[in-house]
Amino acid sequence: MRNKVLKLDEAASWVHSGASISIGGFTSQRHPTALLRELIRQRVKDLTVYYHSAGSDLDLLIGAGCVHRLEGAYLADGVFAPIAPNFRRFVESSRIEFEDYTNAAMMARFAAGAMGLPFLPTRSMLGTDMMPGRQGSSVEPGKTAGRSGCKALEMACPFSGELLALVPAVRSDFCLLHVQQASANGLLRIEGQEFLDVQQALAATTVIATCEELVDEEILRREPERNRIPSFAVHAVVPVPFGAHPHGVHNHYDYDPEHLRRYNTAAKSDAAFAEYLEQFVFGAASHDAYLQAVGGPERLAQLCPCQGVGYNPLLKRSV
Amino acid sequence: MNKRRCSTMEIMAVAAAREIRDREVVFAGTGLPMLATMLAQQTHAPDCVIVFEAGAIDPRMLHLPMSVGDSRTLVGAAQAAGLFEIFNYVLQGGRVDVGFLGGAQIDRYGNINSTGIGPDRQRPAVRLPGSGGSADVAALSRRTVIIAHHQRRRFPLRVDYCTSPGWIDGGATRRAAGIYGGGPAAVVTTMGVIRYREPTKNPYLASYHPGIDAQQVQRETGFELDISEALETQPPSAEELDILRHQIDPERIFLK
Repeated sequence: MRNKVLKLDEAASWVHSGASISIGGFTSQRHPTALLRELIRQRVKDLTVYYHSAGSDLDLLIGAGCVHRLEGAYLADGVFAPIAPNFRRFVESSRIEFEDYTNAAMMARFAAGAMGLPFLPTRSMLGTDMMPGRQGSSVEPGKTAGRSGCKALEMACPFSGELLALVPAVRSDFCLLHVQQASANGLLRIEGQEFLDVQQALAATTVIATCEELVDEEILRREPERNRIPSFAVHAVVPVPFGAHPHGVHNHYDYDPEHLRRYNTAAKSDAAFAEYLEQFVFGAASHDAYLQAVGGPERLAQLCPCQGVGYNPLLKRSV
Repeated sequence: MNKRRCSTMEIMAVAAAREIRDREVVFAGTGLPMLATMLAQQTHAPDCVIVFEAGAIDPRMLHLPMSVGDSRTLVGAAQAAGLFEIFNYVLQGGRVDVGFLGGAQIDRYGNINSTGIGPDRQRPAVRLPGSGGSADVAALSRRTVIIAHHQRRRFPLRVDYCTSPGWIDGGATRRAAGIYGGGPAAVVTTMGVIRYREPTKNPYLASYHPGIDAQQVQRETGFELDISEALETQPPSAEELDILRHQIDPERIFLK
């Protein structure tokens, strides 16, 4: 078995400017946020990001000026941000390229990439302004993911005649994930919802997984039905406890409402967000320094699950 | 219960809950749809099942989730799946009875915009979060219930961007676009409940909330609404309010 364990800065240095990536997790859950902060510190630029329902993980990269192009479905953070603030500002001021799909369409695109297929059909997207040729589409040949330069294509099923939308596969250079447990060899265990992590990982050339716990592979192999991503699909493993903060990790810690509010307030303007980055990314030059900056062990203890559920029922969430 | 003692949000949650029938599979998003579905489960629809797009199937939640990916959606859940299972097998497989939707603009035929406001698609005046699962739910549920803040600017004749298809241009245009089932059954707003007539799919006001009259609703709507048969929305019962306030959202995360 190979040892794929790297340090956070070493793993981040793999991701070059101009790369295409996808990020695991969903809105406020299980993002590899510590790894994203390290990408920002290393001044990675011009990323193309494929996503389904992202939150302040991707919004952080956008606000830090790391992203050139977006293809995805949703960027917001539940109660904390009805619209992801940096995303909104960057789109409204034409600072970023974007192409809209639906969650089902992005699921089909990642699944196609994972299955080695060039496209998949979906019943979604039909009748919406996301379809090319409709008023709302912004398709420009050569700029979309498909080699044909086509965002999506309406087609009658050759068997039944039913109308379907075909969407091109995503094949990204990197997939960045955060999971509960990993072995040094890269076998990954996910607890709670998988979101779309498995398909995103298998649709990427290189997978970097940060994890809460590095565990002996023999322990993971005792319950193979709980393991989700095989080691041959994973290229780097980085143990990063609290590596998703301010987002939550089922069975490990809750999302941090205080910090997410702070983030979403700061992300509403360039000036305030520059200060946020200075305080929590550049000024806190390591993950340990970041955890101190957000309140240290005392705050982190308040996020830990109790009462037999995978979150903290006593956490103060409303303002 | 004196009707003045409940908020608009509470009236809406109760009206939305009443759209759910027992044993149905409900696709619910964040906020009011969660309140409505949990209320339905504790009143007239104990065996309705909630699915969340992030992966939780049929939970018995103890605390309100703040997003559909929240760990709180997993308490007592039948399954923790992912987007692949939910979108392929549950939604596209035709197993969702009622899908809840929201959006910044809702037009005459129940088409929804949650992508961007303004004529320039590449540089919208207001960029919204995007479809997420909204367009998927709109196309693939057996019927949908739309939740909306009722203001004239939010109810234009035509949406600036059609994110989630409703009855498209009315009549049979939804079917002609390749969408086989579903369509909006009701729009539960801050002022009343709108439904659609067969076969034209023209909208009519089914009810207006206590304290509001039908003409007021028409004035806040940017298209013609048949108000001739509108009745007052049945106000929440004391039991419904008690469950909402003390069991479902005691933290007042969504209830205002």
